[in-house]
Amino acid sequence: MLKATVYVTIKQGVLDPQGVAVQGALHSMGFQEVESVRIGKYMELSLNTDDRAEAERRVKEMCEKLLANTVVEDYRYELEG
Amino acid sequence: MKFAVLVFPGSNCDIDCYKAVQDTVGEPVDYVWHTATDLSAYDCILVPGGFSYGDYLRCGAISRFAPVMNEVAKAAEEGKYILGICNGFQILTEAGLLPGALLRNTSMKFRCHDTVLHVVNNQTPFTNDFELNEEIVIPIAHGEGNYYCDEETLKDLQQNNQIVFTYKDNPNGSLADIAGISNKRGNVVGMMPHPERAVSDLLGSADGKRMFTSILKAWRDTHGTASVR
Repeated sequence: MLKATVYVTIKQGVLDPQGVAVQGALHSMGFQEVESVRIGKYMELSLNTDDRAEAERRVKEMCEKLLANTVVEDYRYELEG
Repeated sequence: MKFAVLVFPGSNCDIDCYKAVQDTVGEPVDYVWHTATDLSAYDCILVPGGFSYGDYLRCGAISRFAPVMNEVAKAAEEGKYILGICNGFQILTEAGLLPGALLRNTSMKFRCHDTVLHVVNNQTPFTNDFELNEEIVIPIAHGEGNYYCDEETLKDLQQNNQIVFTYKDNPNGSLADIAGISNKRGNVVGMMPHPERAVSDLLGSADGKRMFTSILKAWRDTHGTASVR
């Protein structure tokens, strides 16, 4: 078994209104040091394989095809186990 | 001419689209389930608004892989007319049939009200019944209608006359006020506003009616059929 952790974030340069709203809330609570907030997605995938190289290839494909929209989002992932 | 209205789990403007076709052009129209694998009987495919597959992950991300979407891609290739409205527009961008992506409205609000659009391109099969630069009233209802693409794509859209509608007062932060675009060939159009909700004065505007009459007119022009109602 391998575990893949996938992080999807909106590309730098593309406005993240959720992040801006949360930043505003933090500022109004007194956390003035927050210069920016970006909100993304966190996904955990359990893979029934032990072949790391193959898993890596497949997870990348999943990210490119479905998990991230590469027009507006970046992704990265970690494999463990 | 025959219309298909695609139905995904979560579509909620399918009935409006179906009735809009009946009420404006009176041509045959069918609901087609997302698992369908044959669209060869249809001349125009309407991808309606709603929240297909719950909009999980991203709007349109999962529906883009529904079996029927392979057929939509084929139909686009064959030059058939495809109109994606709201969630349908999001699905068409996710499917790569139209460029760009739709992000959350910059206001963070779900906006649901009439908007004034400029008809920027009246040479498409969907807009030939409008005047160039005409102002029309079509309602919007979306939380993620903020059109985005990179600079190069925007330049392409402008050069190829692919921007079909722009907003007079941008309600969602869309790049270059874009409300609707077409593919290069012009047979695939996606738009966030809902023409199917503007087909009668009783609904507040009848301007959307002419999108459907445009489609029939374009089809008759290319097929030379006088299927007079």
